[in-house]
Amino acid sequence: MDFFDTNFGIFLTMLGQILLVTMILLLSLTILIWVERKTFGLVQLRKSVNVVGPWGLLQTFADFIKMAVKEIIIPAGADKAVFLLAPLISFVLVLVAWATVPFYADEDSTWIIADINVGILYILAISSLEVYGVIMGGWASNSKYAFLGALRSAAQMISYEVSIGFIIVGVLLSTGSLSLVDIVMAQDGAYGFFSWYWLPHLPMVVLFFVSALAETNRPPFDLPEAESELVAGFQVEYSSTLFLLYMVGEYAAIVLMCALTTILFFGGWLSPIPGIPDGVFWFVAKTLFFFFMFSMVKAVVPRYRYDQLMRLGWKVFLPMSLGWVVIVAAFAQYGVPGYARW
Amino acid sequence: MTVAGYAFYLFAIVAVAAGLFTVMARNPVHSVLWLICAFLSSAGLFVLLGAEFIAMLMLIVYIGAVAVLFLFVVMMLDVDFAELKAGMAQYMPVGLLIGVVILMELSLAIGSWVFADAAPKMRVAVAPAPQEVENTAALGRLIYTDYVYLFQAAGLILLVAMVGAIVLTLRHKEYVKRQDVLAQMYRDPAKAVELKDIKPGQGI
Repeated sequence: MDFFDTNFGIFLTMLGQILLVTMILLLSLTILIWVERKTFGLVQLRKSVNVVGPWGLLQTFADFIKMAVKEIIIPAGADKAVFLLAPLISFVLVLVAWATVPFYADEDSTWIIADINVGILYILAISSLEVYGVIMGGWASNSKYAFLGALRSAAQMISYEVSIGFIIVGVLLSTGSLSLVDIVMAQDGAYGFFSWYWLPHLPMVVLFFVSALAETNRPPFDLPEAESELVAGFQVEYSSTLFLLYMVGEYAAIVLMCALTTILFFGGWLSPIPGIPDGVFWFVAKTLFFFFMFSMVKAVVPRYRYDQLMRLGWKVFLPMSLGWVVIVAAFAQYGVPGYARW
Repeated sequence: MTVAGYAFYLFAIVAVAAGLFTVMARNPVHSVLWLICAFLSSAGLFVLLGAEFIAMLMLIVYIGAVAVLFLFVVMMLDVDFAELKAGMAQYMPVGLLIGVVILMELSLAIGSWVFADAAPKMRVAVAPAPQEVENTAALGRLIYTDYVYLFQAAGLILLVAMVGAIVLTLRHKEYVKRQDVLAQMYRDPAKAVELKDIKPGQGI
Protein backbone atom coordinates (compact mmCIF):
# COMPACT_ATOMS: atom_id res chain seq x y z
CA MET A 1 0.00 0.00 0.00
CA ASP A 2 1.21 3.43 -0.90
CA PHE A 3 2.25 5.64 2.05
CA PHE A 4 -0.22 8.38 1.07
CA ASP A 5 -3.15 5.93 1.27
CA THR A 6 -2.54 5.06 4.93
CA ASN A 7 -4.43 7.00 7.61
CA PHE A 8 -1.26 8.82 8.67
CA GLY A 9 -0.41 9.61 5.06
CA ILE A 10 -3.87 11.09 4.43
CA PHE A 11 -3.51 13.13 7.61
CA LEU A 12 -0.12 14.44 6.49
CA THR A 13 -1.46 15.29 3.03
CA MET A 14 -4.34 17.25 4.49
CA LEU A 15 -2.06 19.05 6.92
CA GLY A 16 0.23 19.94 4.02
CA GLN A 17 -2.66 21.29 1.95
CA ILE A 18 -3.95 23.37 4.84
CA LEU A 19 -0.50 24.80 5.57
CA LEU A 20 0.05 25.54 1.87
CA VAL A 21 -3.22 27.44 1.47
CA THR A 22 -2.80 29.33 4.75
CA MET A 23 0.81 30.32 4.03
CA ILE A 24 0.06 31.44 0.48
CA LEU A 25 -2.97 33.36 1.71
CA LEU A 26 -1.10 35.16 4.49
CA LEU A 27 1.86 35.96 2.25
CA SER A 28 -0.37 37.29 -0.49
CA LEU A 29 -2.19 39.39 2.11
CA THR A 30 1.00 41.31 2.79
CA ILE A 31 1.33 42.02 -0.94
CA LEU A 32 -2.37 42.91 -1.19
CA ILE A 33 -2.14 45.40 1.66
CA TRP A 34 0.80 46.98 -0.18
CA VAL A 35 -1.28 47.06 -3.39
CA GLU A 36 -4.11 48.73 -1.51
CA ARG A 37 -1.89 51.40 0.00
CA LYS A 38 -0.33 52.08 -3.40
CA THR A 39 -3.84 52.41 -4.86
CA PHE A 40 -4.75 54.99 -2.23
CA GLY A 41 -1.50 56.79 -3.00
CA LEU A 42 -2.27 56.95 -6.71
CA VAL A 43 -5.85 58.13 -6.12
CA GLN A 44 -4.75 60.81 -3.68
CA LEU A 45 -1.77 61.93 -5.80
CA ARG A 46 0.95 61.06 -3.29
CA LYS A 47 3.80 58.56 -3.18
CA SER A 48 2.43 56.19 -0.53
CA VAL A 49 4.78 53.56 0.98
CA ASN A 50 8.23 53.71 -0.65
CA VAL A 51 10.90 53.43 2.04
CA VAL A 52 11.18 49.86 3.36
CA GLY A 53 12.39 47.49 0.63
CA PRO A 54 12.09 48.03 -3.13
CA TRP A 55 9.03 50.24 -3.89
CA GLY A 56 8.09 49.90 -0.22
CA LEU A 57 7.19 46.22 -0.70
CA LEU A 58 8.48 45.22 2.75
CA GLN A 59 6.54 47.96 4.56
CA THR A 60 3.77 45.51 5.52
CA PHE A 61 6.28 43.11 7.06
CA ALA A 62 7.82 45.98 9.00
CA ASP A 63 4.35 46.94 10.26
CA PHE A 64 3.63 43.36 11.30
CA ILE A 65 6.87 43.09 13.24
CA LYS A 66 6.19 46.45 14.88
CA MET A 67 2.71 45.29 15.94
CA ALA A 68 3.90 41.91 17.19
CA VAL A 69 6.62 43.27 19.50
CA LYS A 70 4.34 45.82 21.17
CA GLU A 71 2.82 45.26 24.57
CA ILE A 72 -0.66 43.77 24.89
CA ILE A 73 -2.79 46.05 27.03
CA ILE A 74 -5.85 44.54 28.66
CA PRO A 75 -8.16 47.25 30.01
CA ALA A 76 -9.17 47.18 33.65
CA GLY A 77 -12.66 45.73 34.00
CA ALA A 78 -12.35 43.81 30.73
CA ASP A 79 -13.54 40.23 30.60
CA LYS A 80 -10.08 38.77 30.10
CA ALA A 81 -10.91 35.37 28.57
CA VAL A 82 -13.47 36.73 26.09
CA PHE A 83 -11.23 39.73 25.34
CA LEU A 84 -8.37 37.43 24.29
CA LEU A 85 -10.64 34.97 22.52
CA ALA A 86 -12.46 37.48 20.29
CA PRO A 87 -9.64 38.40 17.85
CA LEU A 88 -8.62 34.74 17.66
CA ILE A 89 -12.15 33.80 16.62
CA SER A 90 -12.33 36.45 13.97
CA PHE A 91 -8.93 35.43 12.57
CA VAL A 92 -9.38 31.65 12.69
CA LEU A 93 -12.90 31.60 11.25
CA VAL A 94 -11.84 33.47 8.12
CA LEU A 95 -9.03 31.02 7.49
CA VAL A 96 -11.39 28.10 8.16
CA ALA A 97 -13.77 29.42 5.51
CA TRP A 98 -11.05 29.03 2.86
CA ALA A 99 -11.30 25.23 3.24
CA THR A 100 -13.97 24.89 0.55
CA VAL A 101 -12.74 27.50 -1.92
CA PRO A 102 -11.75 25.75 -5.16
CA PHE A 103 -8.71 27.23 -6.89
CA TYR A 104 -8.69 25.01 -9.96
CA ALA A 105 -10.36 21.83 -11.19
CA ASP A 106 -10.27 19.70 -14.31
CA GLU A 107 -11.05 16.06 -15.13
CA ASP A 108 -8.08 14.67 -13.17
CA SER A 109 -7.66 16.89 -10.16
CA THR A 110 -9.38 19.46 -7.95
CA TRP A 111 -7.35 22.11 -6.14
CA ILE A 112 -9.40 22.40 -2.99
CA ILE A 113 -8.88 21.36 0.64
CA ALA A 114 -12.34 19.86 1.22
CA ASP A 115 -14.64 19.26 -1.76
CA ILE A 116 -17.89 18.94 0.22
CA ASN A 117 -21.25 19.02 -1.53
CA VAL A 118 -22.59 21.95 0.53
CA GLY A 119 -19.50 24.12 -0.06
CA ILE A 120 -21.33 27.41 -0.60
CA LEU A 121 -23.51 26.90 2.48
CA TYR A 122 -20.37 26.19 4.48
CA ILE A 123 -18.82 29.51 3.47
CA LEU A 124 -22.08 31.34 4.20
CA ALA A 125 -22.29 29.64 7.63
CA ILE A 126 -18.70 30.45 8.57
CA SER A 127 -19.01 34.05 7.46
CA SER A 128 -22.17 34.37 9.54
CA LEU A 129 -20.11 33.26 12.55
CA GLU A 130 -17.55 36.01 11.97
CA VAL A 131 -19.86 38.47 13.68
CA TYR A 132 -18.99 36.83 17.01
CA GLY A 133 -15.39 38.00 16.87
CA VAL A 134 -16.64 41.58 16.61
CA ILE A 135 -19.47 41.42 19.13
CA MET A 136 -17.42 39.53 21.73
CA GLY A 137 -14.51 41.94 21.37
CA GLY A 138 -16.80 44.93 21.73
CA TRP A 139 -18.52 43.58 24.81
CA ALA A 140 -15.41 42.27 26.55
CA SER A 141 -13.58 45.61 26.21
CA ASN A 142 -15.89 47.15 28.82
CA SER A 143 -15.94 50.44 26.93
CA LYS A 144 -18.95 52.25 25.52
CA TYR A 145 -17.35 53.08 22.17
CA ALA A 146 -16.32 49.49 21.63
CA PHE A 147 -19.75 48.23 22.65
CA LEU A 148 -21.59 50.63 20.34
CA GLY A 149 -19.27 49.62 17.51
CA ALA A 150 -19.97 45.96 18.19
CA LEU A 151 -23.74 46.49 18.19
CA ARG A 152 -23.60 48.42 14.92
CA SER A 153 -21.42 45.80 13.34
CA ALA A 154 -23.61 42.88 14.42
CA ALA A 155 -26.78 44.52 13.08
CA GLN A 156 -25.04 45.44 9.83
CA MET A 157 -23.51 42.03 9.17
CA ILE A 158 -26.77 40.18 9.89
CA SER A 159 -28.77 42.53 7.64
CA TYR A 160 -26.51 42.13 4.63
CA GLU A 161 -26.08 38.39 5.14
CA VAL A 162 -29.77 38.00 4.33
CA SER A 163 -29.45 39.58 0.90
CA ILE A 164 -26.17 37.74 0.21
CA GLY A 165 -28.03 34.53 0.99
CA PHE A 166 -30.79 35.32 -1.51
CA ILE A 167 -28.30 36.33 -4.20
CA ILE A 168 -26.54 33.00 -3.74
CA VAL A 169 -29.90 31.20 -3.98
CA GLY A 170 -30.33 32.71 -7.45
CA VAL A 171 -26.98 31.31 -8.57
CA LEU A 172 -27.80 27.92 -7.01
CA LEU A 173 -31.12 27.79 -8.90
CA SER A 174 -29.18 28.22 -12.12
CA THR A 175 -26.60 25.59 -11.19
CA GLY A 176 -28.66 22.96 -9.39
CA SER A 177 -25.85 22.19 -6.96
CA LEU A 178 -24.41 23.57 -3.72
CA SER A 179 -20.84 22.63 -4.64
CA LEU A 180 -18.56 25.51 -5.62
CA VAL A 181 -16.76 23.33 -8.17
CA ASP A 182 -20.10 22.60 -9.87
CA ILE A 183 -20.99 26.30 -9.85
CA VAL A 184 -17.81 27.16 -11.76
CA MET A 185 -18.16 24.17 -14.08
CA ALA A 186 -21.73 25.25 -14.95
CA GLN A 187 -20.29 28.53 -16.28
CA ASP A 188 -18.00 26.74 -18.72
CA GLY A 189 -19.48 27.46 -22.13
CA ALA A 190 -18.67 28.07 -25.77
CA TYR A 191 -18.68 31.86 -25.41
CA GLY A 192 -15.99 32.20 -22.73
CA PHE A 193 -16.49 35.51 -20.94
CA PHE A 194 -20.13 35.74 -22.03
CA SER A 195 -21.19 32.33 -20.72
CA TRP A 196 -20.36 33.21 -17.12
CA TYR A 197 -23.11 34.00 -14.63
CA TRP A 198 -22.52 37.75 -14.57
CA LEU A 199 -24.56 38.11 -17.76
CA PRO A 200 -27.77 36.29 -16.74
CA HIS A 201 -27.44 37.49 -13.14
CA LEU A 202 -26.26 41.01 -13.97
CA PRO A 203 -28.25 43.03 -11.38
CA MET A 204 -27.18 40.64 -8.63
CA VAL A 205 -23.46 41.15 -9.37
CA VAL A 206 -23.79 44.77 -8.29
CA LEU A 207 -25.87 43.85 -5.25
CA PHE A 208 -23.42 41.13 -4.25
CA PHE A 209 -20.47 43.47 -4.54
CA VAL A 210 -22.12 46.14 -2.39
CA SER A 211 -23.34 43.56 0.14
CA ALA A 212 -19.82 42.14 0.32
CA LEU A 213 -18.53 45.62 1.15
CA ALA A 214 -21.08 45.90 3.96
CA GLU A 215 -20.51 42.36 5.18
CA THR A 216 -16.77 42.90 5.56
CA ASN A 217 -17.25 46.34 7.21
CA ARG A 218 -15.44 48.10 4.39
CA PRO A 219 -15.92 51.73 3.46
CA PRO A 220 -18.41 53.20 2.60
CA PHE A 221 -20.00 50.92 5.20
CA ASP A 222 -17.24 50.93 7.84
CA LEU A 223 -19.60 52.30 10.49
CA PRO A 224 -18.47 49.87 13.23
CA GLU A 225 -15.17 51.73 13.22
CA ALA A 226 -16.35 55.16 12.17
CA GLU A 227 -13.51 57.12 13.70
CA SER A 228 -15.36 60.42 13.81
CA GLU A 229 -18.04 58.93 16.06
CA LEU A 230 -16.65 55.83 17.75
CA VAL A 231 -12.85 56.33 17.74
CA ALA A 232 -12.16 52.86 16.30
CA GLY A 233 -15.35 50.95 17.09
CA PHE A 234 -15.03 47.45 18.46
CA GLN A 235 -11.22 47.47 18.30
CA VAL A 236 -10.66 50.61 20.35
CA GLU A 237 -9.09 48.74 23.26
CA TYR A 238 -7.06 46.31 21.18
CA SER A 239 -3.34 46.72 20.72
CA SER A 240 -0.37 44.76 19.47
CA THR A 241 -0.89 41.19 18.21
CA LEU A 242 -4.59 41.17 19.10
CA PHE A 243 -5.18 44.16 16.83
CA LEU A 244 -3.03 42.47 14.20
CA LEU A 245 -5.28 39.40 14.31
CA TYR A 246 -8.36 41.59 13.76
CA MET A 247 -6.72 43.40 10.89
CA VAL A 248 -5.41 40.30 9.13
CA GLY A 249 -8.77 38.59 9.65
CA GLU A 250 -10.55 41.55 8.09
CA TYR A 251 -8.31 41.50 5.02
CA ALA A 252 -8.60 37.72 4.69
CA ALA A 253 -12.41 38.12 4.76
CA ILE A 254 -12.19 40.76 2.02
CA VAL A 255 -10.07 38.49 -0.17
CA LEU A 256 -12.52 35.66 0.54
CA MET A 257 -15.39 37.84 -0.67
CA CYS A 258 -13.41 38.73 -3.81
CA ALA A 259 -12.75 35.04 -4.45
CA LEU A 260 -16.43 34.30 -3.91
CA THR A 261 -17.46 36.99 -6.42
CA THR A 262 -15.04 35.40 -8.88
CA ILE A 263 -16.45 31.93 -8.32
CA LEU A 264 -20.14 32.80 -8.30
CA PHE A 265 -20.32 35.27 -11.19
CA PHE A 266 -17.03 35.38 -13.06
CA GLY A 267 -16.18 31.76 -13.80
CA GLY A 268 -13.44 31.07 -11.24
CA TRP A 269 -10.45 29.56 -13.05
CA LEU A 270 -12.11 29.56 -16.51
CA SER A 271 -10.41 31.64 -19.17
CA PRO A 272 -12.41 34.54 -20.64
CA ILE A 273 -11.50 33.76 -24.26
CA PRO A 274 -12.33 30.33 -25.72
CA GLY A 275 -9.17 28.57 -26.86
CA ILE A 276 -6.87 29.98 -24.17
CA PRO A 277 -6.37 27.28 -21.50
CA ASP A 278 -8.06 27.60 -18.09
CA GLY A 279 -5.84 27.83 -15.06
CA VAL A 280 -5.32 29.02 -11.53
CA PHE A 281 -3.79 32.17 -13.05
CA TRP A 282 -7.27 33.37 -14.09
CA PHE A 283 -8.63 32.78 -10.59
CA VAL A 284 -5.85 34.84 -9.04
CA ALA A 285 -6.14 37.58 -11.65
CA LYS A 286 -9.90 37.97 -11.22
CA THR A 287 -9.65 37.93 -7.42
CA LEU A 288 -6.93 40.58 -7.62
CA PHE A 289 -9.12 42.69 -9.89
CA PHE A 290 -12.01 42.61 -7.40
CA PHE A 291 -9.63 43.43 -4.57
CA PHE A 292 -8.54 46.44 -6.60
CA MET A 293 -12.22 47.40 -6.98
CA PHE A 294 -12.66 47.14 -3.20
CA SER A 295 -9.65 49.45 -2.72
CA MET A 296 -10.97 51.95 -5.26
CA VAL A 297 -14.34 52.05 -3.50
CA LYS A 298 -12.56 52.78 -0.22
CA ALA A 299 -10.50 55.49 -1.89
CA VAL A 300 -13.29 57.39 -3.64
CA VAL A 301 -16.61 56.85 -1.81
CA PRO A 302 -17.56 58.77 1.35
CA ARG A 303 -19.07 57.01 4.35
CA TYR A 304 -22.80 56.25 4.66
CA ARG A 305 -24.97 57.31 7.54
CA TYR A 306 -26.10 54.40 9.71
CA ASP A 307 -29.84 54.74 9.05
CA GLN A 308 -29.12 54.94 5.31
CA LEU A 309 -27.13 51.74 5.57
CA MET A 310 -29.96 49.89 7.31
CA ARG A 311 -32.52 51.28 4.87
CA LEU A 312 -30.44 50.16 1.90
CA GLY A 313 -30.09 46.66 3.34
CA TRP A 314 -33.68 45.98 4.36
CA LYS A 315 -35.76 48.17 2.05
CA VAL A 316 -33.78 48.02 -1.19
CA PHE A 317 -31.47 45.01 -1.33
CA LEU A 318 -33.71 42.48 0.41
CA PRO A 319 -36.80 43.02 -1.80
CA MET A 320 -34.66 43.19 -4.94
CA SER A 321 -32.77 39.98 -4.23
CA LEU A 322 -35.95 38.19 -3.12
CA GLY A 323 -37.73 39.26 -6.29
CA TRP A 324 -34.75 38.14 -8.35
CA VAL A 325 -34.95 34.64 -6.83
CA VAL A 326 -38.57 34.39 -8.08
CA ILE A 327 -37.61 35.72 -11.52
CA VAL A 328 -34.66 33.31 -11.86
CA ALA A 329 -36.85 30.39 -10.75
CA ALA A 330 -39.43 31.28 -13.41
CA PHE A 331 -36.75 31.75 -16.10
CA ALA A 332 -35.12 28.43 -15.22
CA GLN A 333 -38.47 26.62 -15.18
CA TYR A 334 -39.52 27.95 -18.61
CA GLY A 335 -36.12 27.40 -20.19
CA VAL A 336 -34.89 30.93 -20.87
CA PRO A 337 -31.39 30.29 -22.25
CA GLY A 338 -28.55 30.71 -19.77
CA TYR A 339 -30.62 30.32 -16.61
CA ALA A 340 -31.10 26.55 -16.19
CA ARG A 341 -27.76 24.77 -16.48
CA TRP A 342 -28.32 21.56 -14.55
CA MET B 1 -12.03 3.21 16.81
CA THR B 2 -12.23 5.17 13.59
CA VAL B 3 -11.61 8.88 13.21
CA ALA B 4 -15.38 9.42 13.06
CA GLY B 5 -15.68 7.63 16.41
CA TYR B 6 -13.13 9.91 18.07
CA ALA B 7 -14.83 12.92 16.53
CA PHE B 8 -18.19 11.75 17.86
CA TYR B 9 -16.92 11.48 21.42
CA LEU B 10 -15.18 14.84 21.12
CA PHE B 11 -18.32 16.62 19.91
CA ALA B 12 -20.60 14.76 22.33
CA ILE B 13 -18.47 15.54 25.38
CA VAL B 14 -18.06 19.18 24.35
CA ALA B 15 -21.82 19.49 23.74
CA VAL B 16 -22.73 18.07 27.14
CA ALA B 17 -20.06 20.06 28.97
CA ALA B 18 -21.07 23.28 27.19
CA GLY B 19 -24.70 22.63 28.09
CA LEU B 20 -23.69 22.19 31.72
CA PHE B 21 -21.65 25.42 31.70
CA THR B 22 -24.59 27.23 30.07
CA VAL B 23 -26.60 26.53 33.19
CA MET B 24 -23.78 27.04 35.67
CA ALA B 25 -22.05 30.16 34.33
CA ARG B 26 -22.39 33.18 36.63
CA ASN B 27 -22.28 35.74 33.84
CA PRO B 28 -25.32 35.64 31.50
CA VAL B 29 -23.16 36.54 28.49
CA HIS B 30 -20.85 33.62 29.26
CA SER B 31 -23.96 31.45 29.42
CA VAL B 32 -24.94 32.44 25.89
CA LEU B 33 -21.39 31.86 24.65
CA TRP B 34 -21.42 28.36 26.13
CA LEU B 35 -24.80 27.79 24.48
CA ILE B 36 -23.26 28.74 21.14
CA CYS B 37 -20.48 26.25 21.82
CA ALA B 38 -23.12 23.57 22.41
CA PHE B 39 -24.84 24.48 19.12
CA LEU B 40 -21.50 24.21 17.31
CA SER B 41 -20.81 20.74 18.67
CA SER B 42 -24.27 19.53 17.75
CA ALA B 43 -23.68 20.85 14.22
CA GLY B 44 -20.55 18.68 14.23
CA LEU B 45 -22.64 15.69 15.34
CA PHE B 46 -25.01 16.30 12.42
CA VAL B 47 -22.07 16.22 10.02
CA LEU B 48 -21.00 12.88 11.48
CA LEU B 49 -24.54 11.55 10.93
CA GLY B 50 -24.22 12.43 7.25
CA ALA B 51 -26.76 15.25 7.51
CA GLU B 52 -24.43 18.01 6.31
CA PHE B 53 -27.30 20.19 5.09
CA ILE B 54 -28.94 20.21 8.52
CA ALA B 55 -25.55 20.94 10.07
CA MET B 56 -25.05 23.99 7.87
CA LEU B 57 -28.60 25.18 8.59
CA MET B 58 -27.84 24.80 12.28
CA LEU B 59 -24.79 27.03 11.84
CA ILE B 60 -26.56 29.65 9.73
CA VAL B 61 -29.93 29.81 11.52
CA TYR B 62 -29.17 29.01 15.15
CA ILE B 63 -25.65 30.33 15.58
CA GLY B 64 -25.56 32.95 12.85
CA ALA B 65 -28.94 34.54 13.57
CA VAL B 66 -30.85 33.33 16.63
CA ALA B 67 -27.91 33.22 19.04
CA VAL B 68 -26.67 36.64 17.87
CA LEU B 69 -30.04 38.20 18.73
CA PHE B 70 -30.01 36.33 22.01
CA LEU B 71 -26.55 37.65 22.78
CA PHE B 72 -27.74 41.15 21.87
CA VAL B 73 -30.62 40.98 24.31
CA VAL B 74 -28.56 39.53 27.14
CA MET B 75 -25.83 42.13 26.67
CA MET B 76 -28.29 45.03 26.58
CA LEU B 77 -30.52 43.96 29.45
CA ASP B 78 -29.28 44.35 32.96
CA VAL B 79 -30.16 40.86 34.16
CA ASP B 80 -29.48 40.17 37.80
CA PHE B 81 -28.76 36.47 37.77
CA ALA B 82 -28.26 36.12 41.50
CA GLU B 83 -31.86 37.25 41.99
CA LEU B 84 -33.08 34.88 39.30
CA LYS B 85 -31.22 31.96 40.83
CA ALA B 86 -32.63 32.66 44.28
CA GLY B 87 -35.99 31.23 43.21
CA MET B 88 -34.36 28.07 41.89
CA ALA B 89 -35.86 25.66 44.47
CA GLN B 90 -39.29 27.09 43.78
CA TYR B 91 -39.16 26.47 40.02
CA MET B 92 -37.29 23.17 40.21
CA PRO B 93 -40.37 20.89 40.24
CA VAL B 94 -41.84 22.59 37.16
CA GLY B 95 -38.52 22.33 35.35
CA LEU B 96 -38.18 18.68 36.22
CA LEU B 97 -41.74 18.04 35.06
CA ILE B 98 -41.03 19.66 31.68
CA GLY B 99 -37.84 17.62 31.40
CA VAL B 100 -39.70 14.37 32.07
CA VAL B 101 -42.43 15.25 29.56
CA ILE B 102 -39.85 15.99 26.83
CA LEU B 103 -37.98 12.78 27.62
CA MET B 104 -41.21 10.76 27.34
CA GLU B 105 -42.11 12.41 24.04
CA LEU B 106 -38.67 11.67 22.68
CA SER B 107 -38.83 8.04 23.74
CA LEU B 108 -42.30 7.68 22.24
CA ALA B 109 -41.12 9.12 18.94
CA ILE B 110 -37.95 7.02 18.88
CA GLY B 111 -39.87 3.91 19.95
CA SER B 112 -42.38 4.11 17.14
CA TRP B 113 -39.67 5.02 14.64
CA VAL B 114 -37.05 2.41 15.59
CA PHE B 115 -38.53 -0.48 17.55
CA ALA B 116 -42.17 -0.79 16.41
CA ASP B 117 -43.14 -3.53 13.97
CA ALA B 118 -44.33 -1.10 11.33
CA ALA B 119 -41.25 1.12 11.70
CA PRO B 120 -39.08 -0.22 8.83
CA LYS B 121 -41.96 0.21 6.38
CA MET B 122 -42.60 3.77 7.57
CA ARG B 123 -38.97 4.74 7.15
CA VAL B 124 -38.75 3.24 3.67
CA ALA B 125 -41.91 5.11 2.64
CA VAL B 126 -40.43 8.58 3.19
CA ALA B 127 -36.69 8.22 2.86
CA PRO B 128 -34.95 7.62 -0.45
CA ALA B 129 -31.94 5.32 -0.38
CA PRO B 130 -28.99 7.34 0.95
CA GLN B 131 -26.73 6.23 -1.87
CA GLU B 132 -29.06 7.50 -4.56
CA VAL B 133 -29.51 11.11 -3.61
CA GLU B 134 -27.63 13.61 -1.46
CA ASN B 135 -29.49 14.84 1.59
CA THR B 136 -30.08 18.38 0.32
CA ALA B 137 -32.03 16.97 -2.61
CA ALA B 138 -33.76 14.39 -0.40
CA LEU B 139 -34.93 17.09 2.03
CA GLY B 140 -36.04 19.29 -0.84
CA ARG B 141 -38.10 16.46 -2.28
CA LEU B 142 -39.74 15.75 1.08
CA ILE B 143 -40.53 19.34 1.95
CA TYR B 144 -41.46 20.79 -1.43
CA THR B 145 -43.01 17.74 -3.13
CA ASP B 146 -44.38 15.25 -0.61
CA TYR B 147 -45.38 17.57 2.22
CA VAL B 148 -45.69 20.89 0.43
CA TYR B 149 -49.13 21.78 1.91
CA LEU B 150 -48.04 21.05 5.48
CA PHE B 151 -44.90 23.08 4.87
CA GLN B 152 -46.90 26.02 3.54
CA ALA B 153 -49.29 25.78 6.49
CA ALA B 154 -46.33 25.91 8.90
CA GLY B 155 -45.06 28.97 7.05
CA LEU B 156 -48.49 30.65 7.35
CA ILE B 157 -48.58 29.97 11.09
CA LEU B 158 -45.19 31.63 11.47
CA LEU B 159 -46.38 34.55 9.35
CA VAL B 160 -49.42 35.00 11.60
CA ALA B 161 -47.16 34.96 14.66
CA MET B 162 -44.94 37.60 13.08
CA VAL B 163 -47.87 39.83 12.09
CA GLY B 164 -49.22 39.47 15.62
CA ALA B 165 -45.95 40.55 17.20
CA ILE B 166 -45.72 43.57 14.90
CA VAL B 167 -49.35 44.59 15.54
CA LEU B 168 -48.82 44.34 19.30
CA THR B 169 -45.80 46.62 19.28
CA LEU B 170 -46.72 49.04 16.49
CA ARG B 171 -47.70 52.48 17.72
CA HIS B 172 -48.15 55.60 15.68
CA LYS B 173 -47.05 58.60 17.64
CA GLU B 174 -48.01 61.94 16.19
CA TYR B 175 -45.10 63.81 17.69
CA VAL B 176 -42.37 61.50 16.41
CA LYS B 177 -40.49 63.03 13.49
CA ARG B 178 -40.11 60.66 10.58
CA GLN B 179 -37.60 60.74 7.75
CA ASP B 180 -38.72 61.23 4.20
CA VAL B 181 -35.85 59.86 2.15
CA LEU B 182 -36.96 61.40 -1.13
CA ALA B 183 -37.32 64.81 0.50
CA GLN B 184 -33.79 64.44 1.86
CA MET B 185 -32.42 63.48 -1.53
CA TYR B 186 -34.09 66.33 -3.42
CA ARG B 187 -32.98 68.98 -0.98
CA ASP B 188 -30.40 71.31 -2.49
CA PRO B 189 -28.36 74.23 -1.11
CA ALA B 190 -30.51 76.76 -2.95
CA LYS B 191 -33.57 75.75 -0.91
CA ALA B 192 -31.86 74.81 2.35
CA VAL B 193 -29.30 77.57 2.84
CA GLU B 194 -30.12 81.23 2.97
CA LEU B 195 -27.33 83.80 2.72
CA LYS B 196 -27.76 87.07 4.56
CA ASP B 197 -25.65 90.11 4.00
CA ILE B 198 -25.08 91.56 7.45
CA LYS B 199 -23.62 94.97 7.94
CA PRO B 200 -20.82 95.18 10.52
CA GLY B 201 -21.97 96.20 13.98
CA GLN B 202 -25.60 95.22 13.39
CA GLY B 203 -27.56 92.11 14.27
CA ILE B 204 -30.00 90.32 11.99
